Amino acid sequence: MNADLELFIRQLINGLNTGSIYALIAIGYTMVYGIIKLINFAHGEIMMFGAYFAFLFATTIPTDLPFLVIVIMAMVLAALMGVATEKIAYKRLRTAPRISALITAIGMSLFLQNLALLIFKPQPKVMPELISKKAIIIFGIGVPQITLYTIGISILMMIILSIFIKKTKAGKAMRAVSQDKDAAMLMGINVDGIISLTFAIGSALGALGGVFYSIAYTQVYPTMGVMPGLKAFIAAVFGGIGNVGGAMLGGYVIGIIETMTKGYISSRWADALVFGILILVLLFKPSGILGKNVKEKV
Amino acid sequence: MKKLLLIILTLSFTLLLSACNGVDDTVRLGTIGPLTGDYSMYGVSVKNGAQLAVDELNEAGGILGKTVELISYDSKGDPTEGVNAYNRLRDEDEIHALIGGTFSGVTLAIKELAVEDNMPVLTPTATHPDVTLDADNVFRACYTDSYQGKVAAIFVDETIEAENVAVLYNRDDAYSEGLALAFIEEFESRGTVVETLTFGAQDDDYSSLLTVIQASSAEAVFLPGYVAEVGAILTQAAAAGMEIPFIGGDGWDSIEVDYADVADGDYFGNHYAKTDEAEIVQNFVTNYIEEFGSSPTALAALAYDAVYAMANAMEDAGSLDADAIIAALKDLDMTEAVTGSIKFDENGDPIKSITMIQIIDGEHVVVDKVEGN
Amino acid sequence: MKKIKYKPLKISSKYGILRIVIAILATFFILNFLINFGILSRYYSTILVFICVFIIMATSLNIATGFLGQLVLGHAGFMAIGAYTAALTAIALKEIITNDLLLFVISALAAVVTTAIAGLLVGTPALRLRGDYLGIMTLGFGEIVKVIITNLHITGGAQGLTGIPRIMTFPIAFWTTVIIVAIIYLFMNSRHGRAILSIREDEIASESVGINITKYKIIGFVLASLFGGVGGAMYAFQIGYLAPATFGFIKSVEIFVIVVLGGMGSLSGAIMAAIFLTYLPEALREFEKYRLLLYSILLITTMLFRPQGLMGTKEFSLTKALNKVIRSFVYVYNKFVSFFNKLFQKESEY
Repeated sequence: MNADLELFIRQLINGLNTGSIYALIAIGYTMVYGIIKLINFAHGEIMMFGAYFAFLFATTIPTDLPFLVIVIMAMVLAALMGVATEKIAYKRLRTAPRISALITAIGMSLFLQNLALLIFKPQPKVMPELISKKAIIIFGIGVPQITLYTIGISILMMIILSIFIKKTKAGKAMRAVSQDKDAAMLMGINVDGIISLTFAIGSALGALGGVFYSIAYTQVYPTMGVMPGLKAFIAAVFGGIGNVGGAMLGGYVIGIIETMTKGYISSRWADALVFGILILVLLFKPSGILGKNVKEKV
Repeated sequence: MKKLLLIILTLSFTLLLSACNGVDDTVRLGTIGPLTGDYSMYGVSVKNGAQLAVDELNEAGGILGKTVELISYDSKGDPTEGVNAYNRLRDEDEIHALIGGTFSGVTLAIKELAVEDNMPVLTPTATHPDVTLDADNVFRACYTDSYQGKVAAIFVDETIEAENVAVLYNRDDAYSEGLALAFIEEFESRGTVVETLTFGAQDDDYSSLLTVIQASSAEAVFLPGYVAEVGAILTQAAAAGMEIPFIGGDGWDSIEVDYADVADGDYFGNHYAKTDEAEIVQNFVTNYIEEFGSSPTALAALAYDAVYAMANAMEDAGSLDADAIIAALKDLDMTEAVTGSIKFDENGDPIKSITMIQIIDGEHVVVDKVEGN
Repeated sequence: MKKIKYKPLKISSKYGILRIVIAILATFFILNFLINFGILSRYYSTILVFICVFIIMATSLNIATGFLGQLVLGHAGFMAIGAYTAALTAIALKEIITNDLLLFVISALAAVVTTAIAGLLVGTPALRLRGDYLGIMTLGFGEIVKVIITNLHITGGAQGLTGIPRIMTFPIAFWTTVIIVAIIYLFMNSRHGRAILSIREDEIASESVGINITKYKIIGFVLASLFGGVGGAMYAFQIGYLAPATFGFIKSVEIFVIVVLGGMGSLSGAIMAAIFLTYLPEALREFEKYRLLLYSILLITTMLFRPQGLMGTKEFSLTKALNKVIRSFVYVYNKFVSFFNKLFQKESEY
């Protein structure tokens, strides 16, 4: 195969890998925003704790647990953590001015980061290779197994989530609450419960992203959620905040743009470019690619 | 009435006198380094190495017959904090000399104040070239970033014999950038640098950069950085199936702790090797392990040597006067040191060779000792 | 025993300004005296200068976040632009201009120009954004500034900028701070300031009564940024060395916490919080590990239980504070008296 083409395809695969992880994390942001109109700054930290949970299960328990078990346990713990942060910090501020809730979210994010710093210490720890990084040759190009798993499982999760939202009763309730909270309550929907469920699902998916991230990129450390969290948020905004499909699309787009910039243009400016995209989107199409324009009420 | 006045006068005079200056019955050395935060292992290493030297000195009778006291403050890796720490050491603790800072950024911030104060400064680990520039009273025990980069280039050309090389460094880190730029400057007269790539401090995903290197004609990669990022990069490189050797600087020290398998066969330059058979090295290693329970890093060795260098200078000078100490440091010729020898050029930089080490089966194997002049 | 009846102190506000001026002059002369006679060592004088820097940073952020009500999470970016501009100007001019104060003023003016431009660049898109998005955008701005500084050669990149003349002294720092706070205070008490406050309260309503939202939002951002730039310049001249890592998100957060704690919308609150939160880490060096954790808990609990911060939107008033103190003493004293009376079955005399 032509060397240039091969290089391009390998970079594309790198981008898809990163993109899948951003997509998983972005879904969490978008679901929470859709339902309570809050940017959960602490979402990146949930991703980080998810990775740490998996790390702990993989290294401290004497028996060799299968990957699936570790991941599910990490996702469950992260879901509980997400629900807890909502109950402790965000619930009381549902009627408060936006700026208060935002500041609290920032505070929560910092709190979780520093908590992790104290508990786990700042030194990065090596994540055990729960999924092999060895390459499988597909069409003459080596693709690491972890990449295949990441892309495959992410797409699977997104399909399951879409079905859940469209077909199940709980999914319909979620859509109702995000459209009009008060009306949903009047219709007899348990708004508190739905909000908790949203946080639980978002956090679980974020944790899954965290596990894949730490395996692919080797390490877990307390501040690992900051940058991916920020970029996943940018992805969510890009795709249309509140729109799950948009989050997935945005994740892949941002992941590929980042990788291609690093590979072909300059790694120096890749981060600035991604932030620049954010500013452009916010300025010219704040509802994102797949989002709808909402008029502000007086 | 007169008697009362006299008593009051005497008492206030004595009070004034004692408040004037901490009586010089101990020799006080200060260290500044990151004791908390992401880089705490470096600050703690320096503190421990210095402490070991201080304890040994005290057991042997101290400096100029007085007990040696080591006062350490946390810079948190931040220049502002470093300045506060230095001010505190100078004003509140009244140190006689500073073994610090640990990081170049902090040391540069402190340097201006130290020059104003004429404080004898011997930094064990700050490698930025400007640290000793135009500062008569500032010395360092380690070689500079530019020297390391240059020597690495010589090593890659003459020992590894690679003609095409890729350079990968951390653009957010002065140390990494310093070594990389010096390497490139030296290597371009010997071979070709086919790719120069950078990553940031916040990056975790190096796959796109490694892919570019793999697709190029590079036969070796110069990767100056610290253990955390280097370990991640080497792991991802191994997963991508890269087999060309990686070479690094003293920031790689201790990489074999967590990353021995992926670093196997790679090289780095260091201030000393734990496996060096010289008696002074082995004594140092044994005593350090006994006191602190872990193996000493090169930073600890440098701090240890720095304290001894300062002690020797003070003994040579016969006093704790700043000018005398500085003059003695200028003339110092310490041939027996863990990190080789300590003798300063007119800038305050040591004249040394770099120990090039290869990691084999998790052990440091000395390959060569290279000089850059 | 007799109970005391509480009578609030009435201190005439006729000489209010005079009293404040006297207080400021007194503070200056006392501190300056202590420094010049070596009673306060350089350790303390340096901390005092840093306190001044953070007072400026907090009060400037307060304009945008407290008074204008816009969430700005990248204020360290303005500090960085101001610091580097001033430093580079000073380095270029230090051979030509020998007077320290003049050098500072010129460099600070250069900083003001560049930061104001930056403020304009940030403020213009801010017109179209609401709370959450604005916060993220300003955060992105802060990061972009850091990336630019790291990648430019003139700023020294990650290696940092050395050779900055250390011309900052306590008097310069103190009076610069006083001037800036005075300007902000006068501005906020003018009709422009009231316009800005009305935007915070209800943007749509204020627009409908004819307040030019665009103009005032831009003014607010530009003022916040350019004062922040001066703070950065002051910082550069005190420490003599600049590195991009100093001006990251954590720095923005530290300034932000000061404003939130002091009360968004209160100048005196911001000043008190700045003094407290700049000195505290020094005093509690052993607890550095927990500092950021404590800050985050402070943020959360403040928002949950006392979102108006220490001072809310009001300013510190000596009369009110004294009255509060007197009232609590009277209260405690009266409680003691009734307890005492009950003990001895005396008739209470009123």
